[in-house]
Amino acid sequence: MSVQSNVEVHTEWGIVSARQAGRNLAKELGFSSVDQARITTAISELARNIYLYAEKGEIIIESVERMQSTGRKKGIKITAKDEGPGIKNIRQVMEDGFTTSGGLGAGLPGVKRLMDEFDIDSIAGEGTEITTIKWNS
Amino acid sequence: MRIPILKLHDYLLISVQVELDDQTALQFQEDLLNKIHQEGSSGVVIDLTSVEMIDSFIAKVLGDVVEMSNLMGAKVVLTGIQPAVAITLIDMGIMLDEVPTALDLEQGLDKLQQELEG
Repeated sequence: MSVQSNVEVHTEWGIVSARQAGRNLAKELGFSSVDQARITTAISELARNIYLYAEKGEIIIESVERMQSTGRKKGIKITAKDEGPGIKNIRQVMEDGFTTSGGLGAGLPGVKRLMDEFDIDSIAGEGTEITTIKWNS
Repeated sequence: MRIPILKLHDYLLISVQVELDDQTALQFQEDLLNKIHQEGSSGVVIDLTSVEMIDSFIAKVLGDVVEMSNLMGAKVVLTGIQPAVAITLIDMGIMLDEVPTALDLEQGLDKLQQELEG
Protein backbone atom coordinates (compact mmCIF):
# COMPACT_ATOMS: atom_id res chain seq x y z
CA MET A 1 0.00 0.00 0.00
CA SER A 2 1.42 3.35 -0.87
CA VAL A 3 0.38 6.75 0.37
CA GLN A 4 0.95 9.74 -1.80
CA SER A 5 0.44 13.44 -1.44
CA ASN A 6 1.00 16.11 -4.04
CA VAL A 7 1.62 19.68 -2.99
CA GLU A 8 1.52 22.53 -5.48
CA VAL A 9 4.30 25.05 -4.90
CA HIS A 10 3.69 28.49 -6.30
CA THR A 11 3.77 30.61 -3.14
CA GLU A 12 5.85 30.55 0.04
CA TRP A 13 2.92 28.80 1.70
CA GLY A 14 3.43 25.88 -0.66
CA ILE A 15 6.86 25.43 0.93
CA VAL A 16 5.27 25.20 4.38
CA SER A 17 2.52 22.80 3.19
CA ALA A 18 5.05 20.51 1.49
CA ARG A 19 7.15 20.45 4.67
CA GLN A 20 4.14 19.56 6.80
CA ALA A 21 2.97 16.82 4.42
CA GLY A 22 6.48 15.35 4.49
CA ARG A 23 6.74 15.44 8.25
CA ASN A 24 3.34 13.76 8.64
CA LEU A 25 4.21 10.88 6.33
CA ALA A 26 7.71 10.50 7.83
CA LYS A 27 6.09 10.24 11.27
CA GLU A 28 3.54 7.70 10.03
CA LEU A 29 6.31 5.58 8.52
CA GLY A 30 8.09 5.52 11.87
CA PHE A 31 11.16 7.60 11.01
CA SER A 32 13.20 8.84 14.00
CA SER A 33 12.93 12.50 14.98
CA VAL A 34 16.36 13.17 13.45
CA ASP A 35 15.31 11.60 10.13
CA GLN A 36 12.02 13.51 10.28
CA ALA A 37 14.04 16.72 10.54
CA ARG A 38 16.30 15.62 7.66
CA ILE A 39 13.33 14.77 5.42
CA THR A 40 11.46 17.98 6.27
CA THR A 41 14.57 20.07 5.64
CA ALA A 42 15.24 18.36 2.29
CA ILE A 43 11.63 19.03 1.19
CA SER A 44 11.97 22.65 2.26
CA GLU A 45 15.10 23.12 0.13
CA LEU A 46 13.51 21.45 -2.91
CA ALA A 47 10.28 23.42 -2.58
CA ARG A 48 12.18 26.67 -2.16
CA ASN A 49 14.16 25.98 -5.33
CA ILE A 50 10.90 25.52 -7.24
CA TYR A 51 9.52 28.76 -5.82
CA LEU A 52 12.73 30.73 -6.45
CA TYR A 53 13.73 29.47 -9.87
CA ALA A 54 10.69 27.97 -11.57
CA GLU A 55 7.93 29.97 -9.85
CA LYS A 56 5.68 26.95 -9.76
CA GLY A 57 5.84 23.22 -9.67
CA GLU A 58 4.91 20.40 -7.37
CA ILE A 59 6.31 18.22 -4.64
CA ILE A 60 5.14 14.61 -4.57
CA ILE A 61 5.63 12.75 -1.33
CA GLU A 62 5.05 8.98 -1.24
CA SER A 63 5.97 5.86 0.65
CA VAL A 64 8.12 3.29 -1.15
CA GLU A 65 9.14 -0.28 -0.46
CA ARG A 66 12.01 -2.39 -1.67
CA MET A 67 12.61 -6.10 -1.19
CA GLN A 68 16.03 -7.04 0.08
CA SER A 69 17.70 -10.21 1.21
CA THR A 70 17.26 -8.99 4.78
CA GLY A 71 13.54 -8.32 4.31
CA ARG A 72 11.36 -5.50 3.20
CA LYS A 73 12.71 -1.99 3.41
CA LYS A 74 10.44 1.04 3.72
CA GLY A 75 11.18 4.57 2.77
CA ILE A 76 9.88 7.95 1.74
CA LYS A 77 10.30 9.26 -1.76
CA ILE A 78 10.23 12.95 -2.61
CA THR A 79 9.85 14.12 -6.18
CA ALA A 80 10.22 17.81 -7.02
CA LYS A 81 8.94 18.67 -10.49
CA ASP A 82 8.80 21.95 -12.33
CA GLU A 83 8.64 23.35 -15.82
CA GLY A 84 11.06 26.15 -15.08
CA PRO A 85 14.24 27.22 -16.87
CA GLY A 86 16.08 24.00 -16.04
CA ILE A 87 19.61 23.74 -14.65
CA LYS A 88 22.35 24.49 -17.18
CA ASN A 89 25.27 23.16 -15.21
CA ILE A 90 24.29 20.39 -12.82
CA ARG A 91 27.84 19.89 -11.58
CA GLN A 92 27.98 23.53 -10.51
CA VAL A 93 24.71 23.47 -8.53
CA MET A 94 25.94 20.37 -6.68
CA GLU A 95 28.97 22.29 -5.38
CA ASP A 96 28.82 23.54 -1.80
CA GLY A 97 28.55 27.30 -1.64
CA PHE A 98 27.41 27.85 -5.23
CA THR A 99 24.44 30.21 -5.29
CA THR A 100 22.70 32.55 -7.70
CA SER A 101 20.10 33.69 -5.17
CA GLY A 102 22.30 35.13 -2.43
CA GLY A 103 21.61 32.11 -0.23
CA LEU A 104 24.14 29.88 1.50
CA GLY A 105 24.54 27.60 -1.52
CA ALA A 106 23.82 24.64 0.76
CA GLY A 107 20.52 23.63 -0.88
CA LEU A 108 21.01 20.79 -3.36
CA PRO A 109 24.31 19.37 -2.06
CA GLY A 110 22.69 19.54 1.39
CA VAL A 111 19.63 17.60 0.20
CA LYS A 112 21.90 14.94 -1.28
CA ARG A 113 23.67 14.50 2.06
CA LEU A 114 20.44 14.47 4.08
CA MET A 115 18.85 11.74 1.94
CA ASP A 116 20.01 8.26 0.81
CA GLU A 117 19.31 8.41 -2.91
CA PHE A 118 19.36 11.46 -5.14
CA ASP A 119 18.75 11.99 -8.86
CA ILE A 120 18.49 15.13 -10.97
CA ASP A 121 16.98 15.22 -14.41
CA SER A 122 16.99 18.65 -15.98
CA ILE A 123 16.64 19.99 -19.49
CA ALA A 124 17.44 23.66 -20.09
CA GLY A 125 14.27 25.47 -21.12
CA GLU A 126 11.98 22.57 -20.20
CA GLY A 127 12.21 21.93 -16.52
CA THR A 128 13.71 19.94 -13.70
CA GLU A 129 12.77 16.77 -11.88
CA ILE A 130 14.61 15.81 -8.71
CA THR A 131 13.92 12.48 -7.05
CA THR A 132 15.25 11.59 -3.65
CA ILE A 133 14.63 8.75 -1.19
CA LYS A 134 15.28 8.23 2.50
CA TRP A 135 15.17 4.64 3.77
CA ASN A 136 13.99 3.83 7.25
CA SER A 137 16.85 1.91 8.84
CA MET B 1 2.25 36.20 11.46
CA ARG B 2 4.65 38.07 13.78
CA ILE B 3 6.93 36.71 16.45
CA PRO B 4 6.53 38.53 19.78
CA ILE B 5 9.63 40.25 21.17
CA LEU B 6 9.70 40.74 24.95
CA LYS B 7 11.77 43.36 26.77
CA LEU B 8 13.54 42.46 30.02
CA HIS B 9 15.62 45.36 31.37
CA ASP B 10 18.43 45.86 28.82
CA TYR B 11 17.67 42.62 27.03
CA LEU B 12 15.19 41.39 24.47
CA LEU B 13 13.80 37.85 24.70
CA ILE B 14 12.27 35.93 21.84
CA SER B 15 10.86 32.44 21.94
CA VAL B 16 10.08 31.18 18.46
CA GLN B 17 6.96 29.06 18.88
CA VAL B 18 5.75 28.85 15.30
CA GLU B 19 7.02 27.01 12.28
CA LEU B 20 9.11 29.61 10.49
CA ASP B 21 8.06 30.39 6.97
CA ASP B 22 10.19 32.75 4.88
CA GLN B 23 8.00 35.80 5.33
CA THR B 24 7.71 35.39 9.11
CA ALA B 25 11.49 34.98 9.37
CA LEU B 26 12.19 38.13 7.34
CA GLN B 27 9.56 40.11 9.22
CA PHE B 28 11.14 38.99 12.49
CA GLN B 29 14.57 40.15 11.30
CA GLU B 30 13.22 43.63 10.67
CA ASP B 31 11.10 43.74 13.84
CA LEU B 32 14.06 42.72 16.02
CA LEU B 33 16.39 45.37 14.60
CA ASN B 34 13.73 48.05 15.03
CA LYS B 35 13.09 46.93 18.61
CA ILE B 36 16.82 47.00 19.45
CA HIS B 37 16.98 50.53 18.08
CA GLN B 38 13.85 51.65 19.87
CA GLU B 39 14.70 50.17 23.28
CA GLY B 40 18.48 50.62 23.17
CA SER B 41 18.92 46.95 24.10
CA SER B 42 22.41 45.59 24.68
CA GLY B 43 21.61 41.89 24.44
CA VAL B 44 19.17 39.52 22.76
CA VAL B 45 18.32 35.87 23.38
CA ILE B 46 16.50 33.99 20.63
CA ASP B 47 15.18 30.69 21.95
CA LEU B 48 14.64 27.99 19.34
CA THR B 49 13.47 25.14 21.63
CA SER B 50 10.18 24.74 19.74
CA VAL B 51 11.71 24.94 16.27
CA GLU B 52 11.72 21.52 14.60
CA MET B 53 13.42 22.44 11.36
CA ILE B 54 15.98 24.99 10.19
CA ASP B 55 16.72 24.93 6.47
CA SER B 56 19.41 26.89 4.65
CA PHE B 57 17.19 29.93 4.19
CA ILE B 58 16.14 30.18 7.84
CA ALA B 59 19.77 29.54 8.87
CA LYS B 60 20.87 32.45 6.69
CA VAL B 61 18.19 34.74 8.12
CA LEU B 62 19.23 33.83 11.68
CA GLY B 63 22.97 34.21 10.95
CA ASP B 64 22.29 37.55 9.29
CA VAL B 65 20.18 38.91 12.14
CA VAL B 66 22.99 38.09 14.59
CA GLU B 67 25.48 40.02 12.46
CA MET B 68 23.09 42.91 11.88
CA SER B 69 22.44 43.19 15.61
CA ASN B 70 26.21 43.11 16.25
CA LEU B 71 26.61 46.00 13.83
CA MET B 72 24.10 47.95 15.86
CA GLY B 73 25.96 47.11 19.06
CA ALA B 74 23.73 44.38 20.53
CA LYS B 75 24.92 40.85 21.29
CA VAL B 76 22.70 37.95 20.29
CA VAL B 77 22.72 34.41 21.68
CA LEU B 78 20.72 31.57 20.11
CA THR B 79 19.49 29.00 22.60
CA GLY B 80 17.72 25.64 22.73
CA ILE B 81 18.64 24.27 19.29
CA GLN B 82 17.21 20.72 19.26
CA PRO B 83 19.48 17.71 18.63
CA ALA B 84 17.69 16.86 15.35
CA VAL B 85 18.10 20.44 14.15
CA ALA B 86 21.81 20.53 15.06
CA ILE B 87 22.41 17.23 13.25
CA THR B 88 20.53 18.39 10.15
CA LEU B 89 22.41 21.70 9.99
CA ILE B 90 25.80 19.99 10.13
CA ASP B 91 24.66 17.36 7.56
CA MET B 92 23.80 20.25 5.29
CA GLY B 93 27.22 21.80 5.84
CA ILE B 94 25.84 24.85 7.65
CA MET B 95 28.16 25.77 10.51
CA LEU B 96 26.89 29.09 11.92
CA ASP B 97 30.47 29.48 13.23
CA GLU B 98 30.28 33.05 14.40
CA VAL B 99 26.97 32.68 16.20
CA PRO B 100 27.03 32.46 20.01
CA THR B 101 24.79 29.67 21.31
CA ALA B 102 23.75 28.21 24.66
CA LEU B 103 21.81 25.14 25.79
CA ASP B 104 18.81 26.98 27.19
CA LEU B 105 17.42 30.40 28.01
CA GLU B 106 19.03 30.49 31.47
CA GLN B 107 22.51 29.74 30.14
CA GLY B 108 21.89 32.12 27.26
CA LEU B 109 21.25 34.98 29.67
CA ASP B 110 24.40 34.04 31.63
CA LYS B 111 26.39 34.06 28.42
CA LEU B 112 25.08 37.48 27.46
CA GLN B 113 25.99 38.85 30.87
CA GLN B 114 29.54 37.45 30.57
CA GLU B 115 29.99 38.81 27.05
CA LEU B 116 28.74 42.25 27.99
CA GLU B 117 30.80 42.46 31.17
CA GLY B 118 33.92 40.83 29.72
